[in-house]
Amino acid sequence: MESIEEMKARAEQAISGARLEIVPNPGPAGQPSLLLDHEHAFAVANFLRADPALRLDYCSNVTGVDWLDRTVKKKVKVKKLVDGVEKEIEETQEEFFPGYLEAVYHVYSIEHKHGPVVVRLRTRDRAEGAPLPSLTPVWRSAEFQEREIYDLYGIHFEGHPDLRRILMWDEFTDFPMRKDYREPDDYEYEPTPHDEVLEKAKQHYAPRPAEDGAEHLAAD
Amino acid sequence: MTADLPEIAESPQRGMSSHLAGELLEVSMGPQHPSTHGVFRMNVALEGEVVRKLKPVFGYLHRNHEKIGENTSYLGSMPYTDRLDYFCSMTNNWAYALSVEKLAGIEVPERAEYLRIILAELTRLVNHTSLLGFLLSDMGAWGTPLMYAFRERERVLDLFESLSGSRMMCDYMRFGGCRVDLPAGWMERARQIVDGFPRFFDEFEELITGNEILMARTQEVGKLSAALAVNAGITGPGLRASGVNYDIRKVDGYGIYPRFKFRVPLGEHGDCYDRLMMRVLELRETIGILHQAMDELPEGPIINPKVKIRAFKPPVGEAYGRIEAPKGELGFYLISDGTGNPYRYRVRPPSLVNLTILEDMCLGHTVADVMVILGSIDIVMGEVDR
Repeated sequence: MESIEEMKARAEQAISGARLEIVPNPGPAGQPSLLLDHEHAFAVANFLRADPALRLDYCSNVTGVDWLDRTVKKKVKVKKLVDGVEKEIEETQEEFFPGYLEAVYHVYSIEHKHGPVVVRLRTRDRAEGAPLPSLTPVWRSAEFQEREIYDLYGIHFEGHPDLRRILMWDEFTDFPMRKDYREPDDYEYEPTPHDEVLEKAKQHYAPRPAEDGAEHLAAD
Repeated sequence: MTADLPEIAESPQRGMSSHLAGELLEVSMGPQHPSTHGVFRMNVALEGEVVRKLKPVFGYLHRNHEKIGENTSYLGSMPYTDRLDYFCSMTNNWAYALSVEKLAGIEVPERAEYLRIILAELTRLVNHTSLLGFLLSDMGAWGTPLMYAFRERERVLDLFESLSGSRMMCDYMRFGGCRVDLPAGWMERARQIVDGFPRFFDEFEELITGNEILMARTQEVGKLSAALAVNAGITGPGLRASGVNYDIRKVDGYGIYPRFKFRVPLGEHGDCYDRLMMRVLELRETIGILHQAMDELPEGPIINPKVKIRAFKPPVGEAYGRIEAPKGELGFYLISDGTGNPYRYRVRPPSLVNLTILEDMCLGHTVADVMVILGSIDIVMGEVDR
């Protein structure tokens, strides 16, 4: 299989205006990925599938990743005038990277038996229903997996034939796989609470020493 | 008397009476139904007995396995992978171990590779044998074939128990090798059991695979074209039944599979009969692999001593590793941020993806055929819902 740089160059040549980016993988697995832009994602995916040298006809794995906002502290040497003398001083600067949601596709070729090529799509922000183009029309195997991302991460796939919740029930409103998800505070009665559960029980039930006797909840 | 009964018009479709022609009846099949292989539900719109629409409903066993994986150490997820496809805990372990080994760049000693292959192929025996029993049970051959199949399966599970301490939740593999070495006498017992299997196949094949009722129920039912199967991501025996030569053991050659001689059976028609026969033929090949692996098993360590399994912290990066599990491609996608817990832990379940085109396969068939088609796909809900 050709290198990812060649793949990027050929895709950009074939589809005018497409902006691809190579995301390196620092680990030893050596699976760098191609980041597609929203407008041309569908065309590039079609190119990857149809190109006779690549023929990436089989999309194996589709999944979401949640990247939170993060600030990276950097130490930078700055020249400054201190008491009239120019000195180099180390200053810490904070760089802010806004968070985003990501859909990752692992694509293989059954015809040529090569792969994987990792294809990534990133949303602009972490808002609910942040849009991404759906690649289900290109690879049907993404149908349920994109539904799962929609269900658990809240990415809205535009062009998906049947975008509904798949694992959670339809009335559920939150997105459980997001990193900042907090489970709802729905405490169920526990006859012998202890540790964290006891703390929770205290918040949910007023102490009833008369009924609970020696085992009452507020046994301090 | 006969004059009072409504006249039944000759209908082109089977099992449809004239006064209901053109009307759709919506039926919820499952989740509590023995043929749904767990808790799986299908919303079916029927015209007479013929399926016109089918929407699968998932999530009854959903416990957010992936979120739990993100909140657990790398090792902590290993026993939990047993619960994905609870028929094939050994291959689940292997897929996870393989992905972590890719993520951290770990070498596996040779004896461990052999042990992994032996156990994975024994798992394939267990899975395909039980599938034959379940599928026949779905078709109405109640009890006997399933009991025959389970009798054989139980022998292999005894082997697993004496090796790992548990029949089904084996938790046997570790990053860089396996957990324990073989107990005394294990290999002799395993050889006996593996040698006994062909007798079971011969008996089973003679009883079942030439059976006229079985052929009538499975041939030309749930046909799947090669192009659609590839596009819909079908893997495993279901893909090969459509004539696509794609076996990850051959393509990726993970572990030490390239050293083994085995053939990949291919189907022609892509119907339920071919999918059933793929399992029967694969079982024979599996016996061959087992014999080779048992003959060549070398001495040596079973785990890479350099790996710190307990305080395991792989370098920053990501990896996708996959194996040919009995049901299809089982993959794990891991992202490490350098801490002791994975930043992202994703399971690519073969069962879920293989269900993508269940509707396409069932349209135009009767309700009774839906059960056969579902049975021939081979799903386990622990893996579908995760």
